[in-house]
Amino acid sequence: MDLDPAVQTFAAESRELLGNMEEALLRLEADSGEKDDINAVFRAAHTIKGSAGLFGFDGIVSFTHKVEHLLDRLRDGAMGLDADCVALLLACCDHIGALIEDAVSGRPLSAELAATWRVLHEKLEGYLGPSAKPQPQAGASEAAPLPAGQPQEPNSAAADWHISLRFGREVLRNGMDPLAFLRYLATVGDIVHLTTITDALPHAEEMDPEACYLGFEISLKSQADKAAIESVFEFVREDCAIRILPPRSKLSEYIALIEELPENTMRLGDILVKSGALTQAELDRSLRQQTAEAAQAPASVADGAPPRPLGEILVQEGRVAQSVVHAALDKQQQVREHKAQENRFIRVEADKLDQLINLVGELVIAGAGTHLLAQRAGLGDVLESASTLSRLLEEVRNNALGLRMVQIGATFQKFQRVVRDVSRDLGKDIELVITGGDTELDKSVVEQIGDPLMHLVRNAMDHGIEPHDVRLAAGKPARARLMLHAYHDSGSIVIEVSDDGGGLKRDKILKKARERGLVGEGQSLTDAEVHRLIFEPGFSTADQVSNLSGRGVGMDVVKRNIEALRGTVELTSRESVGTTVRIRLPLTLAIIDGFLVGVGPARYVIPLEMVLECVELSPAERQACMGEGYVNLRGQVLPYLRVRALFDLQGQAGSRESIVVVQYGGRKIGLVVDTLHGEFQTVIKPLGPLFRRLRGFSGFTILGTGEVALILDVPGLIQTVATKDAHGGSSAAHAVAASAGVGSDAA
Amino acid sequence: MQIDVQTVGAAGRVRIAGEMTIYSASDLKPKLLGALADCRELEISAAEVTEMDTAGVQLLLLAKQEAARAGKTLRLAAPSPAVQDVLACYRLAADLDSPRTGRAEPASEPITTRPGA
Repeated sequence: MDLDPAVQTFAAESRELLGNMEEALLRLEADSGEKDDINAVFRAAHTIKGSAGLFGFDGIVSFTHKVEHLLDRLRDGAMGLDADCVALLLACCDHIGALIEDAVSGRPLSAELAATWRVLHEKLEGYLGPSAKPQPQAGASEAAPLPAGQPQEPNSAAADWHISLRFGREVLRNGMDPLAFLRYLATVGDIVHLTTITDALPHAEEMDPEACYLGFEISLKSQADKAAIESVFEFVREDCAIRILPPRSKLSEYIALIEELPENTMRLGDILVKSGALTQAELDRSLRQQTAEAAQAPASVADGAPPRPLGEILVQEGRVAQSVVHAALDKQQQVREHKAQENRFIRVEADKLDQLINLVGELVIAGAGTHLLAQRAGLGDVLESASTLSRLLEEVRNNALGLRMVQIGATFQKFQRVVRDVSRDLGKDIELVITGGDTELDKSVVEQIGDPLMHLVRNAMDHGIEPHDVRLAAGKPARARLMLHAYHDSGSIVIEVSDDGGGLKRDKILKKARERGLVGEGQSLTDAEVHRLIFEPGFSTADQVSNLSGRGVGMDVVKRNIEALRGTVELTSRESVGTTVRIRLPLTLAIIDGFLVGVGPARYVIPLEMVLECVELSPAERQACMGEGYVNLRGQVLPYLRVRALFDLQGQAGSRESIVVVQYGGRKIGLVVDTLHGEFQTVIKPLGPLFRRLRGFSGFTILGTGEVALILDVPGLIQTVATKDAHGGSSAAHAVAASAGVGSDAA
Repeated sequence: MQIDVQTVGAAGRVRIAGEMTIYSASDLKPKLLGALADCRELEISAAEVTEMDTAGVQLLLLAKQEAARAGKTLRLAAPSPAVQDVLACYRLAADLDSPRTGRAEPASEPITTRPGA
């Protein structure tokens, strides 16, 4: 049996649950004593344990079990919840998360995890002590003695609690068994009467052997209060419809119960008996009367008039109040109506969305093809219809891409926890300020941005923000600020992580770099270059390695991860003022608006959002330089690359060439091409593994004519120019000399 | 979980050994229903069932329901203590024609009379 999809679901659900757990714990810490929150934590842990058990992830089960143990004691009030305890639980939460990721990916337990495990385990043991109380489900065996002083009276329904349970389908799969709850219930009181409701059990072929179809109507004799009885079902509260009626409930409460009972096929009489509003004997008598009346009036039955309804008889007999019957009848009506209401949200597999976007992409290509053909044929009406089509296609495309867009706020919110933990560990007072949380970006990008952000946030707190006394001495407020900010900027999303800490120490970085031989002794570097050293592999200026950062892994990984997403990362820092790390990411990875250009017979696509303007390359400038150079663009220096030379294309340019001015990350360069073909909707296809090492291209696309066009990797090209400038390449120097009268410090 | 099916004429006998839990429910369901389909009278021998949970009970209930629908007889024979325990807790021993139960308990009160259409 292929369990893979199920395991993925497990992982996704567990992540969600761990998120809930974390939120609840943080709330608990903020205003401790919210019983609901501790229950929420417990349920989450319990569900994870149960599902992990299903997949045979024994490690997760045994660890979570321990955590559950502690939670159970907290829940019981046997232990108070203090800050240390919350911290421990948060750590456990993380550990469970790590265990799950490991288990799902099939890796064996890493040494690091095993070590964490031991530490946490010891701490948990410390809290629990040797005489840890067993879990309620496990401990509440059948043999458990009834609480002392329980009167053992014979069945007398009127004086008993009435409990109505309908377990959800997923209960068993969530690792819970109704049996355990019933057994636990038996420790709270005496189960006088229990009916197992099997009405929901479907036909054999529709029955899912792993789903739960059972419900129970229970009479419980107990001295416990309602809260105590409710607490028995605490862990299934979300997975089970639970109704508890205290002894001698009012008529109206029985009415409520009838309205809520889920059995839609259940007969009115059944409902009334089961809700305890009347006894079986009373019902039987009423039923006999109904049958008798039907027999007396066969004519009316033949005429199609129904026999007197049971409800009417019961009311006439004075056994139940009219209102009770109405409630029961209403309920039958409502059962039907309820089914019409559907959830407003649906969960869709990400793969399906990808497929849709792929198809839309193909459609866009086909649409462009039609447009082109119509243009060539010069058919006015076809052209018009093709235009309408492309407009619609564009909308479809935008909508399809919009489906994958999510707000970054949720990712940011997760850092509240991180900041809290780390600031506590470091003994710093740090406030996290989040802005632009409603900025949207592609889901796949969001998923992959979490880790790099985590590194940056931790780095900022550990190295960026100074200790308390240093801050005060520097005249800064004691409470440090860490800011996460997101906004859209020319087709990309920019995420900023900034702090008001000490900034990067230029001298220290240089010294380290010299020690490591990254920079020569006599070499002088600009601030930007010094800051870029931070992103070198294994580079760390931390005096001591902490458990947070400083081990020299991190910034280079951050850079790599972001570059893998076709993004860039840059850092600006001012000593004793603060540091800002700016991540720039493309909004989506699938379709872009492109600008089609030609060099000889070859076609290239430049992402339109990066195109600033197009200018003609003057004959004089064409004469001056063939490979690359600088032009004077309205008084500014513009370095340019000649695409023909860059890709070593054969042939001569025509009578005129154009410069396409592109911008990325605050830098501008010009790309010299032969022809401009205009806007073109581009579906990005990734280059095959064979071309992985190819520089200068970020992908390719298929034109309406069926030709292939390569997509220029503008950030990469800009980087090339920037690197050449930095190293003072001879050609660049020559070019500067050639474009006389223009300052050379702008690069 | 092990399951043996023997059929003698119209009478079948299913011997289940090991656990009847959610872990084995998906396996057990088709086998149990298959055995039921092949005979007119089925006896489920549960003497060697070591562990049973709600998923296991549901399968017995399902078999019972299917047997009733097809007008067949289904009987649970010699339930092991583990099975008895669960049936007692759910008060289902009588419904499943189990010969003995582990402890005295009030019989459930099935609604026998159906009101007219």
